[in-house]
Amino acid sequence: MLKLQAINKIFNEATADEKIALDHINLELKAGDFVTVIGSNGAGKSTMLNMISGALTPDFGEIIIDNKDVTRLPEFKRSQLIGRVFQDPMAGTAPTMTIEENLAIAFSRNKKRSLKSGVDKQRKEFFLQSLETLHLNLENRLNAKVGLLSGGERQALSLLMATFTKPSILLLDEHTAALDPSRAELISNLTKQLVEKDQLTTLMVTHNMQQALDLGNRLIMMDKGQIILEVGEEEKKDLTIAKLMEEFQRIRGEKLTSDRTLLSV
Amino acid sequence: MFTAIFGSVEQGIIYAIMALGVYLTFRVLDFPDLTVDGSFVTGAGTAAMMIVLGYHPVIATLVAILAGFIAGCITGLLHTKGKINPLLSGILMMIALYSINLRIMGFTVENSVGRPNIPLLNSETLFSQFNNWWGSLGVNEAINNALSGIGVKSLPQTWGTIIIVFILVVLIKLIFDWFLKTEVGLAIRATGDNKKMIRSFSANTDNLVIVGLGISNALVAFSGALLAQYSKFADIGMGIGMIVIGLASVIIGEAIFGTKSIVRTTLAVIAGAIIYRIILAFALRIDLLDTGDMKLITALIVIIALVLPNYFDKRREKSRKAKRHAERMASSTIVTEQEGKNLA
Repeated sequence: MLKLQAINKIFNEATADEKIALDHINLELKAGDFVTVIGSNGAGKSTMLNMISGALTPDFGEIIIDNKDVTRLPEFKRSQLIGRVFQDPMAGTAPTMTIEENLAIAFSRNKKRSLKSGVDKQRKEFFLQSLETLHLNLENRLNAKVGLLSGGERQALSLLMATFTKPSILLLDEHTAALDPSRAELISNLTKQLVEKDQLTTLMVTHNMQQALDLGNRLIMMDKGQIILEVGEEEKKDLTIAKLMEEFQRIRGEKLTSDRTLLSV
Repeated sequence: MFTAIFGSVEQGIIYAIMALGVYLTFRVLDFPDLTVDGSFVTGAGTAAMMIVLGYHPVIATLVAILAGFIAGCITGLLHTKGKINPLLSGILMMIALYSINLRIMGFTVENSVGRPNIPLLNSETLFSQFNNWWGSLGVNEAINNALSGIGVKSLPQTWGTIIIVFILVVLIKLIFDWFLKTEVGLAIRATGDNKKMIRSFSANTDNLVIVGLGISNALVAFSGALLAQYSKFADIGMGIGMIVIGLASVIIGEAIFGTKSIVRTTLAVIAGAIIYRIILAFALRIDLLDTGDMKLITALIVIIALVLPNYFDKRREKSRKAKRHAERMASSTIVTEQEGKNLA
């Protein structure tokens, strides 16, 4: 489904600020895998996601989605295959457009955009049904501008928009980090529900270790541009935060340094 | 007075088409496109040139629209493929069009390549042709008789012009509203709203910007072509400050009629263009002012339209807060009184 082969990326190459963002990353996701990614700030998690989505291109290495080499495919073409939810709740929706118009934009993701009406009767019905699964009462506000929604509502809508066309890959980049705990939990549960419903192949970056343990069937830990730990399906079931911390210390010979990671334990 | 307002409305409707184009770039695409000053003349010049060369006014107008579309697309290419800043792309295209417009109008003369103006005094235009047919219907006399019956003096020669521009602008508005709700239209709006988002939904933002600018400048050129035929001349300087007039119309319209939905906003823009013309007509009737002061008046109108809504919003907000505060104070005293009773 998704394959990263020997991905390398260096930022600000040959300057004083040179930073090895990704150092020979190899990763393979099978259809239906839900992999959570943890690691301290600057470990390369977001860079890896941006590489897959096409927002960045690797210096070396290949990205393969559905047995197709997409390494050089521009971002907008690749996004036919990839659903994304960003950390910033404002980033995933168009604020001056209505809920149904936003859904229509997402609905056209894997189709050619034409001069057909964006929202017709049949689609409206589908949008209504999809919104009902969120249980946020958004189905009664189809014509409300998205800018009026709360952060949690917008993130739920983004999640629905990213998933309801059943993309080959779903990328979640700390999509609950900007929300308060109760909203974050709501989105977390929603993620689980939507991913399970369509068996979506998912890669989720998170700073919240508990979330990383609760969701998904696999877990990887990144540090300094490398994947330092991969936890498979069986081991993940009885993994705990304490064990993860221990493991990090054993591999790196130092304590997990990011304050943010520790605080969100 | 009636004729002055009548003329302003006719012109206002013609300018409204340009204002819709400006709305598409400035508001929908969030792209401050200054090509307008040039593409307006491109439309006027192309239409005038072709009419003088003997083409049918309808064909001349259609070619003018196409010319405007191409000009807009080039601005879009400069920005998206050339990575030139939006303002600068527009300015570059505007300045390039100045020379191109001279050349376009120059097709009508044999002894030189450029020409700064084309008079259309004795040529057939969309309006003269329509009015010929319209005049034969006898509606003009009927309306004028009815109006003079209720005491209106100085009546217009024909009602045909205002009717045809009205029909045109209504058609354009309907098509415009429909277009912005199609899949492509939604994607163009999202491009102006949130580029990152629309790219993540597999839209090619570069192409959308190019098409959007093309359509916008096609409308502007259409407006220019109509104005040239209306005022019976095309001139290289007629586009100066056009972008400000377009913006003035958009801002005035939005301030008065609001922006609740697309349908409402396009209506607001059209009304804004007409109101702007009427304000200008009144301003020019003040003896102190001269036609040369028009640009100054335009600038003042835009400044007022930009500053006043802020002022009113603030005052409204203040009075709303005061009212709300008073309500809260009132209800809290009731609560404390009740609590007092409970304690007692």
